[in-house]
Amino acid sequence: MDATPTALEMIKGEAATTVERPLARVPLVLNKRNFSWLTERISGVVENPAPRWWWVTFTITATVATFGLFCLGYQISTGIGTWGLNHPVGWAWDITNFVFWIGIGHAGTLISAILYLLHQKWRTSINRSAEAMTLFAVICAAIFPGVHVGRVWMAWYLAPLPDNYGIWPNFRSPLVWDVFAVSTYFTVSVLFWYTGLIPDLATLRDRATSKIKKLLFGIFACGWRGSNRNWRHYEMAYLLLAGLSTPLVLSVHSVVSFDFATSILPTWHSTIFPPYFVAGAIFGGFAMVLTLMLPARAMFKLHDIITPQHIDKMAKIILLTGSFVAYAYAMEFFTAWYSGNSYERFAFWNRVFGPYWWYWWVGMLFCNCLSPQLFWFRWCRRNVYVVYFVCMCVNAGMWFERFIIIVGGLHRDFIPSSWRMFYPTWVDIWTFVGTLGIFTSLFLLFIRFLPMIAMSEVKITLPEADAHYAPPSGHHPVAAGGKERP
Amino acid sequence: MRTPSGHEVYGMAAEYPSAAALFEAAKRVRDAGFKRWDVHSPYPIHGMDEAMGLKKSWLSAVVLAGGISGLLTAAIMEFGPSSFLYPLTVHGKPTNFFTVPAFFPIMFELTILFSAFAAFFAMLIMNGLPRLHHPIFNWGRFSRVTNDAFFLVIEARDPRFTEIEARNLLEKSGGQHITIIHED
Repeated sequence: MDATPTALEMIKGEAATTVERPLARVPLVLNKRNFSWLTERISGVVENPAPRWWWVTFTITATVATFGLFCLGYQISTGIGTWGLNHPVGWAWDITNFVFWIGIGHAGTLISAILYLLHQKWRTSINRSAEAMTLFAVICAAIFPGVHVGRVWMAWYLAPLPDNYGIWPNFRSPLVWDVFAVSTYFTVSVLFWYTGLIPDLATLRDRATSKIKKLLFGIFACGWRGSNRNWRHYEMAYLLLAGLSTPLVLSVHSVVSFDFATSILPTWHSTIFPPYFVAGAIFGGFAMVLTLMLPARAMFKLHDIITPQHIDKMAKIILLTGSFVAYAYAMEFFTAWYSGNSYERFAFWNRVFGPYWWYWWVGMLFCNCLSPQLFWFRWCRRNVYVVYFVCMCVNAGMWFERFIIIVGGLHRDFIPSSWRMFYPTWVDIWTFVGTLGIFTSLFLLFIRFLPMIAMSEVKITLPEADAHYAPPSGHHPVAAGGKERP
Repeated sequence: MRTPSGHEVYGMAAEYPSAAALFEAAKRVRDAGFKRWDVHSPYPIHGMDEAMGLKKSWLSAVVLAGGISGLLTAAIMEFGPSSFLYPLTVHGKPTNFFTVPAFFPIMFELTILFSAFAAFFAMLIMNGLPRLHHPIFNWGRFSRVTNDAFFLVIEARDPRFTEIEARNLLEKSGGQHITIIHED
């Protein structure tokens, strides 16, 4: 599986040559790679010609994306009736997909902002692509509330614009909060991502061979020259953006959950929703980060930068947040029972034994609660195939969870005479599959055109990056222009 | 200051073999009393601000101002229409100032949004970016600054700058490839 030595072997190898250190930290970049190796390997992904698999994958995903866009066009031009919505199920796949995608974005911000504030240096290998994933997920998410209003050309009513009618949005409505939360989240994520990109764009500019590349990377790198007087303000801006993004990311899914929690529907009207949604978002997002990262790591041979240690840590976060989610599921049942409210009790009984029973047993119980428990075992966290299996379970499980919350809450109305099932149409299905295509296509374009690993940040984690580093006797850090160490 | 060939001089630069060497050199240049000089590295070197004698960035003050303006914008934008221009009674709830908790989410979001814009643009403006060219790019070796090289540049505009003193200082501190950088 991995051609590179495992972290444990690294420790053993180091201990053999240097002083015995029983609690030595495993290096974040393996095989004693130096600055120039990192630059070559990471820029090489962008600079070398696209591999054949990239073209094959991109052709497939772009075709799927195009079909998704066709479905959106068809739905906008024909009307909302092309979806399988009915009374009482007025929200179904559209809002399920919205919550699913916006949740996925949260892992990117968690890695880039919260782990930064917590001084988790291992984040540097994965933060760039996780942030890119955030942006693409939010783009996919924004499609659904945009088109589910039906008359898309009236979407400007959401904005507080002074107009001739003198009509204003209701600022006390969670749906308006949602507009502000999601658009702020997207904008701040773009700013944070771009700020991080500036030094790496300068690297690509300095390495560019063609005039057009030099011009484009030159413009987007803003004339960056690695000056310490610039780094001083840059690091302060980066720290503050991380500090701002941290409460922001917690607020976004909280506000999304308010869309449900402020209603009076059984299973929606619940104070546990904000933390429960945020934990679920980070849980599902980390699974998607690994879903994208493991193939990219294998294809571009990034095993020295994204090491087993990184995967291990991400698996632990999935285990932690998955257990939060399982606890929240259990608490929902307890609250329903303890409330003594017959509608609430029925709704949860219906969740487990009603017509959508298998969504609960497979999606929520098996995929979300049970499968991450494998990560208690080190062997499972270190085996990429097991990790990938669990991530796929979580990806599917989190979609099912949102479907159960939304349609499960709606399809059994207060009066049995209005009970109805939801059946998706081909437009429902292909719009969702289309967003999967849009998401993967954007990610594939990203890894081809921008450095997928934050070079300037990974370099800080190397031992020789330290201003007080003294090379141990026997080998010297390779100086500028030096050759790669064996 | 001009070279014999008639070029305007931007400054004198040297390359250092490691971050540690650059760090020590920076302390020497600071102690020699130079003011207009800079170090260049592929990543921010921890502790370099103190080694250069730089104080904490005051970018945070700009961000605070951005945050306050965001909060005020949201408050005016929400209370204006909801309490005065278009008081909308929904679910029989009042439209007065006591409904402020319902306005918190948007106040929070705009505070973050304006702060983030302030952080991003203040970073660029305080760094004098974006700029299309800089004299330091005239030096061929400098293109490795974003890869694995470490540089120190003393500007000719510095009142203490003389070619001999700058060259001596860079040589003594272990600088390599010492060179004069042209302005154009």
